[in-house]
Amino acid sequence: MSVAAQGVGAEKARFDPARALKEAGLAAFVAFMLFLPMMGFRLVGAEGRLGLEYRPQWVVIGVVTVFFGHLLVSFLRAMRGAPVRPAGRVGPVARYVNTHAKWFALAGIALAFALPFTPFANRYVVDVATTVLIYVMLGWGLNIVVGLAGLLDLGYVAFYAVGAYSYALFAQWFGLGFWEALPIAGVLAATFGILLGFPVLRLRGDYLAIVTLGFGEIIRIILLNWYPVTRGPDGLSGIPRPTFFGLVFTRRPAEGEVAFHQFFEISYSGLHRVIFLYYLILLLALLTNWFVLRIRRLPVGRAWEALREDEIASKALGINPTNTKLTAFALGAMFGGFAGSFFATRQGFISPESFTFIESATILAIVVLGGMGSQIGVVLAAAVIVILPELGREFEQFRMLLFGAAMVGIMVWRPRGLLASREPTIRLHARSAGERSP
Amino acid sequence: MLELRQVHTHYGRIEALKGITLDVRKGEIVTIIGANGAGKTTLLMTICGNPRASAGRILFEGEDITRLPTYEIVRRGISQAPEGRRIFPRMTVLENLQMGAVPNGERYFAEDVEKVFSLFPRLEERMHQRGGTLSGGEQQMLCIGRALMARPKMLLLDEPSLGLAPMLVQQIFRSIVEINRTQGLTILLVEQNAYQALRIAHRGYVLATGSVVMEGEGRELLASPEIRAAYLEGGH
Repeated sequence: MSVAAQGVGAEKARFDPARALKEAGLAAFVAFMLFLPMMGFRLVGAEGRLGLEYRPQWVVIGVVTVFFGHLLVSFLRAMRGAPVRPAGRVGPVARYVNTHAKWFALAGIALAFALPFTPFANRYVVDVATTVLIYVMLGWGLNIVVGLAGLLDLGYVAFYAVGAYSYALFAQWFGLGFWEALPIAGVLAATFGILLGFPVLRLRGDYLAIVTLGFGEIIRIILLNWYPVTRGPDGLSGIPRPTFFGLVFTRRPAEGEVAFHQFFEISYSGLHRVIFLYYLILLLALLTNWFVLRIRRLPVGRAWEALREDEIASKALGINPTNTKLTAFALGAMFGGFAGSFFATRQGFISPESFTFIESATILAIVVLGGMGSQIGVVLAAAVIVILPELGREFEQFRMLLFGAAMVGIMVWRPRGLLASREPTIRLHARSAGERSP
Repeated sequence: MLELRQVHTHYGRIEALKGITLDVRKGEIVTIIGANGAGKTTLLMTICGNPRASAGRILFEGEDITRLPTYEIVRRGISQAPEGRRIFPRMTVLENLQMGAVPNGERYFAEDVEKVFSLFPRLEERMHQRGGTLSGGEQQMLCIGRALMARPKMLLLDEPSLGLAPMLVQQIFRSIVEINRTQGLTILLVEQNAYQALRIAHRGYVLATGSVVMEGEGRELLASPEIRAAYLEGGH
């Protein structure tokens, strides 16, 4: 048995003890450098002073674990052959989800609509679900730019900020309500999208990423320093809440206003507004999704994908790259702006703190983790990214460590994202050969 | 139909084309042969405006297209099947063809797809397969088919025989002749495979280090001793 297993293993990749030892030694060295400051010392407060506690045994345990763990991994890898899936191949789960995409989507939407009325729904659950949906919407919006048009955008949060601040400012200065401000926020964000688009038309890949990163920072710094308008780091507060066809969600509505609970003659509950916000973002997100699915089948959507695949070939086929890229930036930004307005009305308070680079990185991570261009993948990834740190709350300071490890794990095992495959936008039935399965 | 007058092209400070003058008449197959680095691909790309010619004029049906952006040139009726095929690997065969139809939109799509499928039946068998999974020959067929979807008046082919087995090269060249005869499509063909190209071409130009060094009828060039020595020795 073991002889046979070794024979098979030897065919794929020989286990080379010397090399494995060397690599394990290197890994142990890296672990040592990391663990020495992180695990070797500990700050303790004793008698009102801070002191250092030395814990060499922790470092030894960590380094030894890494060394033998690495040896074991290389041994197992040699036994089984290379675990890497050939590029372009889609895993069985992804294939199953994709062939039944419609059912998964319908089930997901039904579940999302039913969520606030399920027995385990409380304020916390609905709040987390709302956050997930904000990220789903942002992910779908960024998917237009990154997933479809293939333009790496590290400053997407700028449009989120533009949307949030335009609603907050229009509400403050002109007394506009959420529904009136929403289209304006979208248009403003799209305008900023085009503004960003023009200088970066000629850039691709890394260079594009750097410029978009800079753009995101510029917007944040303007928000931070333009005190008379944005009130800088103090932020804008008292942003009006959205209304349900004119009904407000307060216990005692002001003169001339009718509250939701009065109109429907139910007793007041703070949960009403939370649930209403949840449905609001659910509808906005579904609108985004519907729009993206439709536009992929239109000439401009196909042009985005062609441009992502091969810019020179696209030009040679009569695609105008300037207009195509600008529409991608503008439409992606517009949905970012919508999501921003929603964020502002949900929080009631915004400040530049909420629009830092880490937000851009998170949204991009959602798109990449989900599998570039995959709509369902974005939902899964947003759920993972928002819920995982929530689940990890018990682990306190190790929470973000676990989160990081999980992200690394996903990218190692699923390098092309959770659901990496794209659905063709056009199908014809074969004329003679009969039905053929996809 | 297409006239190039003293066309120069630069890549930075390197002059890749040093004053090319050539003509392609309606309904012809014209081939451009030459060694690696002679400027053949640059010539085709310059006609498409990417890169632009730094001096000289390019006229298509009497109109000066030298300064037009690439997508406008394509809309005038010049379609290119570029070097290395450059099909869209993640899109299906059908979607690739759809991208070719960009200048016309949906108007003739169904009709034109039929035409491409009857020219290359293999593509019909694979229409829902992703472009990247096709074999080299099939990708070349797709590349030519995609260029035809634009309903061009003139087709530019850049090394369609590149990396294909001899059998497939034969087949591709037969298809090229068929497109030219049945549809009367004007073709400008760039090739390293001088023998095959000259056999099907009405006329040919020989390019060396950015200049035209010889021109003539296909058969004439095929018989010329200089051509034989420079490009045809060592078998076909």
